[in-house]
Amino acid sequence: MTAPVIAFDQVYKVYGKGDTEVRALDGVSFAIQPGEFVAVMGPSGSGKSTTMNILGCLDTPTAGHYFFKGADVGSLSRDQRALLRRHFLGFVFQGFNLLGRTTALENLEVPLIYRRLDKTTRRRMALEALEVVGLKGREDHTPGELSGGQQQRVAIARAIVTQPSLLLADEPTGNLDSARSHEIMELLTRLNKERGLTVVLVTHEEDIAAYAYRRIEFRDGKIVRETDTRRAA
Amino acid sequence: MFINTLLMALREIRRNVLRSSLTVLGIIIGVAAVIVIVTLGAGTTRQVQDEISKMGSNMLTIMPGGAMRMGGSAQSAPPFEMADLNAIKREATSLAAIAPVSLRPMQVIIGNDNRRVNVMGTDSAFSEVRNWKVVEGRLFTDSEVRAGKAVCIVGNTIKEEMFRGDIPLGAVIRIGKVTCEVIGVLEAKGQAMFGGDQDEVVVLPIRAFQRRLAGSSKISQIYLSARDVAGIQDLKGEVERIMRDRRKIAPGAQDDFNIRDMTEVSSMMQSTTGILTGFLSAIAAVSLLVGGIGIMNIMLVSVTERTREIGIRLAIGALETEVMLQFLVEAAALSAFGGLVGITLGLLGAAAIAPALNVPFVWQPSTILTAFTFSAMVGVVFGFMPARRAARLDPIEALRHE
Ligand SMILES: Nc1ncnc2c1ncn2[C@@H]1O[C@H](COP(=O)(O)OP(=O)(O)O)[C@@H](O)[C@H]1O
Ligand SMILES: [Mg+2]
Repeated sequence: MTAPVIAFDQVYKVYGKGDTEVRALDGVSFAIQPGEFVAVMGPSGSGKSTTMNILGCLDTPTAGHYFFKGADVGSLSRDQRALLRRHFLGFVFQGFNLLGRTTALENLEVPLIYRRLDKTTRRRMALEALEVVGLKGREDHTPGELSGGQQQRVAIARAIVTQPSLLLADEPTGNLDSARSHEIMELLTRLNKERGLTVVLVTHEEDIAAYAYRRIEFRDGKIVRETDTRRAA
Repeated sequence: MFINTLLMALREIRRNVLRSSLTVLGIIIGVAAVIVIVTLGAGTTRQVQDEISKMGSNMLTIMPGGAMRMGGSAQSAPPFEMADLNAIKREATSLAAIAPVSLRPMQVIIGNDNRRVNVMGTDSAFSEVRNWKVVEGRLFTDSEVRAGKAVCIVGNTIKEEMFRGDIPLGAVIRIGKVTCEVIGVLEAKGQAMFGGDQDEVVVLPIRAFQRRLAGSSKISQIYLSARDVAGIQDLKGEVERIMRDRRKIAPGAQDDFNIRDMTEVSSMMQSTTGILTGFLSAIAAVSLLVGGIGIMNIMLVSVTERTREIGIRLAIGALETEVMLQFLVEAAALSAFGGLVGITLGLLGAAAIAPALNVPFVWQPSTILTAFTFSAMVGVVFGFMPARRAARLDPIEALRHE
């Protein structure tokens, strides 16, 4: 049994106070092992994004503990969490969130700059990552010159270029058509298989979730069901 | 890391060249104004210094009349006599040289050229006192001075314009009704501090001037020089005592003559330019302030526009200080760019204005460095608030920003 990369221990996230209090997360516990491919599902407002933000060290629990690499993230400073993100996390967003008017290559260089890597190393790593996502030759294109699917590939390349131990994707296919969505999912599956990259993704769609081996379903800030689809298959 | 931040900032500025240029207009104007002012100011200072060294910085002048007083009418005080000079020569131990001077503008006729020129009566010592050499020919001999012979030395403008550049030694010129022979040419001095061409002058032995031109033995000014700069104050004291004694001024009464040294002239000059410089500097400071506020404004707009970018950077793992540095460097680069443009325009402007004001163009690297540093600092100071706002954004909120 390997030590879990990440573990939620009775995590609460509460917004507002009194009458307007919202329990976005209401005592959530789970653990994710290295190399897992997890789909987080649930209706809108059930706490999926809140979970992802806490997993991504962008936010901290109101109560309970979130352990990442053995650290209790809730007790870390803003800068310490930034350093965790810099060194161990990769993010893919529904809206791609690339830097506009900046080439694919330059977009990929940004996280490498924060890692203090030199220009030649940055270029090499960025080109490699672009090749992995199938965008070789598009390094000088800006987001405006790329299709939605291609932009999301650049975003995935940016997330993996630093070789993170956890990739978080909040509805990565939400803005893509069905064919593009499946291409993206195949890419994520390949990264999970070939590199052993731990992937946690949020989706509404059954066929997207089907790529994952494990499913966590939320409702009203609580986990209502967990399934191991690999064993079931 | 810093290099990357700088490159990033420059790229951001290049992306919005027009907006960047408009933003830094205030800085450009402010810096250009400062450069023009300081450059012209330095030119004026240099000119005054040159003037003083041309005149001989050990020089003093004595003129009849008390020190100028507010509202006081010009006193009529008796002029000087040769005996005054002899007394000073005898008694003043700090004296190096002394020359009597009488001046009068008169009609000078050379061939068919006829113009009004300053005519000066003095003796050969004036060359030493005023540090003004004869470059062609010679000074007066003692016997010429004693006899009041009608010989003269002409200034460079007389030679260049009235003699059309010919060396006029031996030529005869007419001053009023008197004729005199040219025996020397003075070196060129150029414009005087208070305007007027110093080289448009004809110099005669004092006796000749008094007898043939002025018709009186009065001496209107005395030029003297001290042995060295340190001796100026001693000489002043000695001369004041001697002259008070000779002019029989009662103890406690005001001098009816005044002694000026060149440091007074220069400080007077510089206080005038100082007031002007202060006034224009205030305008420049306001303009820099406006420029700084412009930068702050545009950086705030930029932070809002780039909220998502900031969110991405924070999510990717940028530290607060790194985001802060990015925007500070951007603001500093922006205003430094404005500073560079301002420096260039300022130097060009100063180079264009200097000849019109008859001031030398003095190029000072230290001024340019200061202006550059200062403009970059304006960016840092006024970019601080926007940069901090960017750094403190919540990454989740920032990423959600439209
Ligand atoms: N910043 C916030 N302030 C107040 N309420 C919030 C905030 N973020 C999320 N919520 C609330 O928390 C609940 C869970 O939100 P979220 O995790 O975004 O849901 P999901 O991603 O599953 O749609 C929702 O009711 C939402 O309105
Ligand atoms: Mg959501």
